[in-house]
Amino acid sequence: MAEYVIIGNGTAAVGCIEGIRSLDSEGAITVISAEEHHVYSRPLISYLLEGKTDTERMKYRPADFYEKNNVRVVYGRAAKLDAKRQVVSLEGKGRYGYDRLCLCTGSSPFVPPFEGLEKVKNKFSFMTLDDALALEKVLDKKASVLIVGAGLIGLKCAEGIAERVGSITVCDLADRVLSSILDAECAAYMQHQLEAHGVSFMLGDTAVRFEKNKAIMKSGAEVGFDILVLAVGVRAETELAAQAGCEVNRGIVTDTKMKTTVPDIYAAGDCAEGYDSSIGKNRVLAILPNAYMQGRCAGINMAGGSSEMTDAIPMNSIGFFGLHCATAGAYPEDAEVCEERSDSGIKRLYFKDSRLAGYMLIGDVNRAGIYTSLVRERTVLDDEEKEKVKKIPSLAIFSSKNRRKKLGGVV
Amino acid sequence: MKRVYVNEEWCLGCHLCEYNCAYANSGLDDMVKALKGKPIFPRIHIEGDDGITYAVSCRHCTDPLCVRSCIAGAISIQDGVIKIDKNKCVGCLTCVLVCPYGAVAAGPDGAAQKCELCLENSCGAPACVTGCPNNAIVYEER
Repeated sequence: MAEYVIIGNGTAAVGCIEGIRSLDSEGAITVISAEEHHVYSRPLISYLLEGKTDTERMKYRPADFYEKNNVRVVYGRAAKLDAKRQVVSLEGKGRYGYDRLCLCTGSSPFVPPFEGLEKVKNKFSFMTLDDALALEKVLDKKASVLIVGAGLIGLKCAEGIAERVGSITVCDLADRVLSSILDAECAAYMQHQLEAHGVSFMLGDTAVRFEKNKAIMKSGAEVGFDILVLAVGVRAETELAAQAGCEVNRGIVTDTKMKTTVPDIYAAGDCAEGYDSSIGKNRVLAILPNAYMQGRCAGINMAGGSSEMTDAIPMNSIGFFGLHCATAGAYPEDAEVCEERSDSGIKRLYFKDSRLAGYMLIGDVNRAGIYTSLVRERTVLDDEEKEKVKKIPSLAIFSSKNRRKKLGGVV
Repeated sequence: MKRVYVNEEWCLGCHLCEYNCAYANSGLDDMVKALKGKPIFPRIHIEGDDGITYAVSCRHCTDPLCVRSCIAGAISIQDGVIKIDKNKCVGCLTCVLVCPYGAVAAGPDGAAQKCELCLENSCGAPACVTGCPNNAIVYEER
């Protein structure tokens, strides 16, 4: 009977468990979880503060998930990974041998060494359920909040707490919001939406040093606050992998089967650097769907099956105060950009080499998945098809024969 | 498992399936009250181009991207039928982002919705199929 050990208890771990159990119902699975919670949906922490979910509903899998899958969960922090002896040791007591192991260690907030940060009392990261619950305790209708970082995490935090605090200012060294997923025009559109809901911005400027309740900005400006949220960025948790001798770059380097460079050790999710087909290179794709799919792929391979991740691409669906935004793929500088604007949003399509390389939709995101599939499957489009793609995402893009396969058979 | 399949050469583009779907999922027993003068949110839609029309609804894929991608763990496969737990859905629309068929959309309350084959509502079998005047959509094993 195989012994499987999974380090981490997030989305990738669930994928890994479900991947293993799709082939092996007997093997022993041990999950080592640093967070003392049943697996929960990490991106839902902002919705929790917004009151759109609660700790019960935000469980990523039902309460009987571990039991049903015959998984032993050990709460503790893995301290040492010995790849030679194939043993994981926890901080304090506990040693677990494995035949095959998957690192699902995720990422952790990156906090630059700000001068004076230690003197700030109400400071928070916004990554985990515990972070959100701690932040919730200090929320106050009169409080002014400074969020450092206008990325996905910082802005979802802003939305989540907007109705529960007095004011919110978000600063970022980048000159636009959501700079990792939006171009300047789409970013400006989203920024306007956030401003209309009371969020203020200081862009191209960031905190460099802190006094007790005050941030001193790069520009010299001073911003007072009651609550500070640090959402500058995240870093893949790669320490155990490095210890075990795995090749580590920005994340733990994996092949398309999610194997690391050390035998019997796999990696999946935000800690892993897997293949991104939109750029044809390895890269950390820290998005939830990818974490699940990489985990599942790893699990299937760990159980002796065969699975490969060859079509992962960056993609995001994110909304603020009811305005949705969908993005996917890559945005090459030499791409042909096709733009449509209306009162209710923007559509920008990036074409390159007779393919849809990437897109950004703000407002109407209906059927965005058809665009995503064209990007993911690298579908080659002739001129006529391209014109159809420009109009609206619909299955009319495909030939009648192709459509018959999609709508007339089991897919 | 029985699924909804499309015979596009027989589709008249009459949109009746959309109305029957919206009515079946309204929870009301009067079609006029359910639909008249209201924006409707059917889980099937007619698409078309150059004289060809066809209905699109959830394919209940065997390897569904929506289930794998849902950030809330709100979408699951139960006996082959893909279901959305509205209670868990936060309306992020990641499922809309990934569905290659464009078959998932936000419903009236912002939560994602899609065809669940009318198995849970009072119809018990897809209302779109029952009401299609030209057998352009069928509910069968393939």
